[in-house]
Amino acid sequence: MTATTHETVTGSDLDLLVEAGDGALVAVPRGGRLRIVDLHGNQAADTLLYDAADVRNRYSALDTVREQAAVFLTTGSRLLSTRLDELAVITDDTVGRHDTLGGACAQESNVVRYGEHTRHQHACRQTFLAYGAPAGIGARELGHNINFFMNVPVTSAGDLHFEDGLSAPGKHVELTASRDLLVLLSNCPQLNNPCNGWDPTPVRLLGWWT
Amino acid sequence: MSLFAMEVPGGAAWSSPVRAGRLVTLTALGDDANCSVLLVAADRVDRLNLPDTLKAQMSARVIAPMVLMSDRGLALASVVASSLDWHDALGGFSHPAHLERHGPTSYAADRNDWRRSARTGLVSELTKHGLDERDLHGSVNFFSKVAVTDDDRASLTHVTGHSRAGDTVTLRVEHDLLVALSTAPHPMATGAWAPAGVRVEVSHAPEVDPATDASWCFRDESARALEMSRRAAA
Ligand SMILES: [Zn+2]
Repeated sequence: MTATTHETVTGSDLDLLVEAGDGALVAVPRGGRLRIVDLHGNQAADTLLYDAADVRNRYSALDTVREQAAVFLTTGSRLLSTRLDELAVITDDTVGRHDTLGGACAQESNVVRYGEHTRHQHACRQTFLAYGAPAGIGARELGHNINFFMNVPVTSAGDLHFEDGLSAPGKHVELTASRDLLVLLSNCPQLNNPCNGWDPTPVRLLGWWT
Repeated sequence: MSLFAMEVPGGAAWSSPVRAGRLVTLTALGDDANCSVLLVAADRVDRLNLPDTLKAQMSARVIAPMVLMSDRGLALASVVASSLDWHDALGGFSHPAHLERHGPTSYAADRNDWRRSARTGLVSELTKHGLDERDLHGSVNFFSKVAVTDDDRASLTHVTGHSRAGDTVTLRVEHDLLVALSTAPHPMATGAWAPAGVRVEVSHAPEVDPATDASWCFRDESARALEMSRRAAA
């Protein structure tokens, strides 16, 4: 593990360390900027966005991908909802691209992918459900998420696979909210593939609301 | 043995419970058909999860003999036969906004030829079963292809002419399902409004031998999902 650089940030409205395998539910007001910092590099930050006024209006991976006619998310990507509303725009990205087709890990999908011995390993879907519950976000409200800092190449031959991340210690991505949002984040505890560099680490959330 | 067959006209939507052990064969009745399909499990909470389906089988498209998997790791259906080597899993279903280029439409003006998006049709179908827009999820767009370009962003382009009248795909239902489908055009399609219909035939599936079945033998991940569905019915 590389040393964490905890630069001091002044004037932020949010400064939250999300430990490996933990999650967060953050309210971001319209116009607010939310930065996710990959403190140690190669750490998947599984993220869902909701319209704070109505959680049925949630982030939609396929609508987002189709409307930008490209798979990877980066600066300029408009993050759209299931009603085609713009929830947020990626306004800064020091990594270059992020995944939104790989989905989240779950205990059950771990069994499918890696075998029965992984059933009781901690997984993102549990984190989403635990942190989403106070906002009325249950299984029906969980859509297909963004995996910030994750590298899932898709090819013209129709292949898709997980590769080592392009991220590195201190890299970040920043969203600007297009309306009042709830951001539901799971700092991925997956140990069975390279999405977390085989060693899940903390991420830092920084927010500026004006 | 066929149990029933019916035609869903172009631009329409349909839903029905379909029991495990059935085959559902979709046949395109015109060129460039699109059939956006949602799968909801018996408990009406679990449902098709395309990201899990794709990553477990390392594919960005749906092809035979892939297994379509749920949020909770069940095999919902297996693609046991297909005349096409690509069914779209990236483009999602059409919204009313995608139909605006065809001009205004309404029942009052167009009677039953009014144009409705896949989302409108799918929500209408879900609502009949006590579900609603929360239960929408990534659809498989059978008969459609969105090509991926090997560039920095993996750019996407809809392929016109991918499917022809007579193309077919057959799903073997692995868990009691609610199937909802729309025959509205693919949201990235650029042609005039001329949605093709789809014939739906439901029949009994032959006995499955996991030792030789193509879906059970496709990948370890496919077999494990099928095993989870077997256990769910135990
Ligand atoms: Zn995860």
